[in-house]
Amino acid sequence: MQILLNKTVRIMKRRDFLRKSAGAGLAAGAALSLGGYSKLWAAAPSAAKYDMVAVMGGSPEAMFDLGIQELGGMGTFIKKGQKVLVKPNIGWDRPPEMGANTNPALVSRVIEHCLRAGAKEVYVFDHTCDNWVNCYRNSGIEKAAKDAGAKVVPGNSENYYQEIEIPGGVKLKKAKVHELLFDTDVFINIPVLKDHNSTRMTACMKNMMGVVWDRGFWHRNDLNQCIADYALFEKKPALNILDCYNVMVKHGPMGVSKEDVVQMKSQIISTDWVACDAAATKMLGVDLEKIEYIPYAHKLGLGNMNIDSLNIRRIKM
Amino acid sequence: MRSPLLRKIRILFSAIILICFILVFIDYKDLIPTKYINILMSLQFVPSMLKYIDTPVILSAGFVAVLILTLLTGRTYCSFLCPLGIGQDLFSRIGGRIRKKFRRYGLKKPHTILRYSILGATVVVSLVWGIYLLTLLDPYSVFGRFMTFFGKPVALLINNFLSWVFHKFDIYTFDHITITGFRLLTYTIPVLFFILVGVMSLTRGRLYCNTICPVGTLLGLISKISIFRIKFDESKCTRCGRCAIRCKSSCIDFLQQKVDVSRCVDCFNCIDVCQDDAMSYGLVSFKKKETETDTGKRKFIAGSLLMLMGLQQGARAQEKGSPVPLKQSTVKENRTCPVAPPGAGSIEDFNSNCTGCSLCIAACPNDVLKPALLQYGIAGIMQPVMDYHKSFCTFNCVKCTEVCPTYALKPLTLEAKQLTQLGKVQFIKDNCIVKTEKTACGACSEACPTKAVYMVPYEGNLLIPETNADICIGCGHCEYACPTVPYKAIFVDGNPVHQAAQPPENEEAEMEAHEDFPF
Repeated sequence: MQILLNKTVRIMKRRDFLRKSAGAGLAAGAALSLGGYSKLWAAAPSAAKYDMVAVMGGSPEAMFDLGIQELGGMGTFIKKGQKVLVKPNIGWDRPPEMGANTNPALVSRVIEHCLRAGAKEVYVFDHTCDNWVNCYRNSGIEKAAKDAGAKVVPGNSENYYQEIEIPGGVKLKKAKVHELLFDTDVFINIPVLKDHNSTRMTACMKNMMGVVWDRGFWHRNDLNQCIADYALFEKKPALNILDCYNVMVKHGPMGVSKEDVVQMKSQIISTDWVACDAAATKMLGVDLEKIEYIPYAHKLGLGNMNIDSLNIRRIKM
Repeated sequence: MRSPLLRKIRILFSAIILICFILVFIDYKDLIPTKYINILMSLQFVPSMLKYIDTPVILSAGFVAVLILTLLTGRTYCSFLCPLGIGQDLFSRIGGRIRKKFRRYGLKKPHTILRYSILGATVVVSLVWGIYLLTLLDPYSVFGRFMTFFGKPVALLINNFLSWVFHKFDIYTFDHITITGFRLLTYTIPVLFFILVGVMSLTRGRLYCNTICPVGTLLGLISKISIFRIKFDESKCTRCGRCAIRCKSSCIDFLQQKVDVSRCVDCFNCIDVCQDDAMSYGLVSFKKKETETDTGKRKFIAGSLLMLMGLQQGARAQEKGSPVPLKQSTVKENRTCPVAPPGAGSIEDFNSNCTGCSLCIAACPNDVLKPALLQYGIAGIMQPVMDYHKSFCTFNCVKCTEVCPTYALKPLTLEAKQLTQLGKVQFIKDNCIVKTEKTACGACSEACPTKAVYMVPYEGNLLIPETNADICIGCGHCEYACPTVPYKAIFVDGNPVHQAAQPPENEEAEMEAHEDFPF
């Protein structure tokens, strides 16, 4: 009975979404015809002045305070009473200074901004690669998020995941995603920038491997294409906050020791995750064309990888 | 002492012990301070004895304490400390509720030949061939298996139900824990024993303890010279027979006013039920000389029956729900040796010390330990083996080595464990996605905590794994993560003797932080 109910809710939500997205699609089409992706994304939530804000030289918290201000504050993305999902990278059982997971101080500050903007509830989870209890604890994120007032939710059991379809996906047409994606109103992505052993870089889009259940399928069926395909899914992040404070430049995504880390003290904030990932390649010093999922996603119309055409606000602290 | 309080104390004490054991085995041991768990474990007869044989220090000599206790008080161990014994008392109580007949015991003859044969066979087989009879029959390990195979899943079901209810209210105190279970054939022994012990205790009280359990039989022998015993006051006794009927061990001959101390487990039910105050527990009176010696007890019947169950499972269970890949892998892994848990040292040592109580299996936060069928051969039946199909050994953890009551798994510091090589990585290029599908994967290398698996350039933009077995610790994360079916493209072949892995070397990153935005 409960399952049935759940499904009905799901279907209704999906219908709701279809209605909304049809409108959005029209708007997007119009925006595109008027020129460039930038306006599309700028037009979506409110009148944000920039496509991307990049900050350098401060603590993760201070950089975010400045950066989000440039985008009009968290209130631009969150309405009072909404439920928010904040998705950091908590994939590995490694301490914060290794840069294998999102910086806990940043996670904490983002949650505070959400709550101050009137969020009813903020949730945090990740489908970890290592033992989830250890990851949550040793990354420092569990404590930081709880102290900031968020609910830390497990992602370790298939029970939490619901099947979705990805129309238009080239390789990835179905996936099981965490129920929190449906149960919340706003989705905020806080990945960490890292070297990656096979895709060469992980940042915004690749962080979505932590909201699905069966990652093995991605690995078996053209990893790069699956990453781009998933970005088609309706529940997109309203905001991507890319943590480039401690950057693991080799031996990623898990790292061996602190020697793998370069302290870049930077942060990139954008509503466009393709653009954000494109900027990240410059930070990591890798060739954008080699990070195959970025051009794939660009081709699917999911964002703009030509960062030269974007309106970027750069702040040095 | 003839106070009915004795029975109440026994019930209270044993209930606490049983609850502690249940908590330990369903992995809620954090509720009990570690030092109490250690005391509890060190007093388990067989594990403690094996631990002492392995590491003869006074701290591991809990079994000596049990022997002394038995010399003084008789088989109090069986009623107060043995989780299997206490569990059976619970069953007997339930049995009594079901049928009146099951709670009327009365005097029965001892199965002398059978019980001493089993004890003898266990001793002989353990000394000559290996400890597998002990593994089968050690009461603590039998109880441990009951808990791990049946108790923990039930506890998890309850936990998952609560978690489901609470999640409806947006409360995340209980986490859903997936019940993984074991390979079907490994259930054979626990199920058979559960039926055996269950039926015996439901209908006949402590029949199992007095017939099959080798520890019960051994302690029974010793308690024949114990100082404290159940006694009859002949002047008060009216031979009403209530004591005999209530005796779970069926060892009271009320007509002769004798108690068979070798079977008496000091449950004090007889004292409680006696209306004439004729039963008491106290110092043995030496008025009456005990000259009768049971001739049967010295009869040993050598040899034993060990049923060999099943054959090694051929087919491997495919992970449920995983879609079939475009191509199936074709090269079968050539596994020469199973992977023994950290702290095992060598498989030979491990096999001769582990009683398969499965406490480590219950304690493993990653569910990577599974009871073995014949992976180690007959000697290792029910002993834990690393199963990298379902999980892997998580890098920052030494839980299994901390809980082992027999020292079959020796305690390891985290640093030592992270350099202990349980097995070596083997890469099968012909199965690898990168080669067969010509798409990026790297799941193995991504998961490797030491980068014993790393990526090198392959065709075009692709990268393919390469391995360095010297720094591999055999944690199996690569094997677990490898998405190929039915055969893995990367796997860990166990080391018969665990080796020291080279510490991974790491050089300072060449890249420097940007002065200004690079875009």
